[in-house]
Amino acid sequence: MARLLYFGRLADVTGTPHQTIDLPACIADTAALRQWADVEHGSSGALLEDTVRLAINNEIAAEPAPVSNADEIAFMPPVGGG
Amino acid sequence: MVTLSYASFDPAAALADFTARAEGAGAIVSFTGLVRPDAKTGTVNTLALQAYSPMTERGIEAAVSEAEARWPLKASMVIHRVGDMVPGEPIVFVATASAHRRAAFEAADFLMDYLKTKAVFWKKETGPTGSTWIEPRAEDYADSARWADTQG
Repeated sequence: MARLLYFGRLADVTGTPHQTIDLPACIADTAALRQWADVEHGSSGALLEDTVRLAINNEIAAEPAPVSNADEIAFMPPVGGG
Repeated sequence: MVTLSYASFDPAAALADFTARAEGAGAIVSFTGLVRPDAKTGTVNTLALQAYSPMTERGIEAAVSEAEARWPLKASMVIHRVGDMVPGEPIVFVATASAHRRAAFEAADFLMDYLKTKAVFWKKETGPTGSTWIEPRAEDYADSARWADTQG
C-alpha cells in the first residue's frame, strides 16, 4: 500500500490530508501519480502545479522519479516558514 | 537542540533551561515570536501550523549546524510550535550562546530567517471571514538572501 499525504491547501483541494491506497499498476512515476491523483480528487490541476513539490519517503524528489506501492508520497505546496 | 511542540510552551522556562546549559558563555541572545492578532487578511482568531516530520526537524537541524559552523556558538536551541494557536501565544523560540554578543545576535537572526522563510511549515490563518493559507512573502526571501552576501 502507498500512503499519499496532501499538505497545506492541498488537503482542502483533495478533501483529505492523507490516504492509503494500492497504486494502480499503470503508475510508475511521479508524473503519472500527479495526473492520476489530480483526476481522482477532481483537483483541477492543483496537484500538477510546478510549485507543488513531491517528497518520496520524506525526501524531496527530483522529478520525474519512480514511485512504488510501498512509498509514502507527499504533495507539498511552497513552504512559507513559521 | 530542536523541538517541535504540539502544546503551548513557556519561553521564560526555556531561556532558564538554556542559560543553565550554556555554562561558560559570555553572551546569550534569545528571541520569542508571538502569534499576531492581525494579518493582511484581517483579524486572526487562530493560526494553524503544519509540519512534515522528520523533514521539518531535519531542515531546522541543518540550519543549526550551519549556524554552528559560521559562528563560534557554545549552545543553541530552537522550539517551534505546530498545531492550533491563538494570538499572543509563543510560536517560536530561538536562543544562542557564545563568548561574545555579536556571534550570538547574528546566529539567532540567521536561524530566525531560516525559520521564517525556508522551514518546512504550512500556515493557515482563520478569522471572522474564514481561513486562508499563507503564501511566502517576497521580503522574507530578501531577509534570508542577505546571508548569502556574508558567506566566505
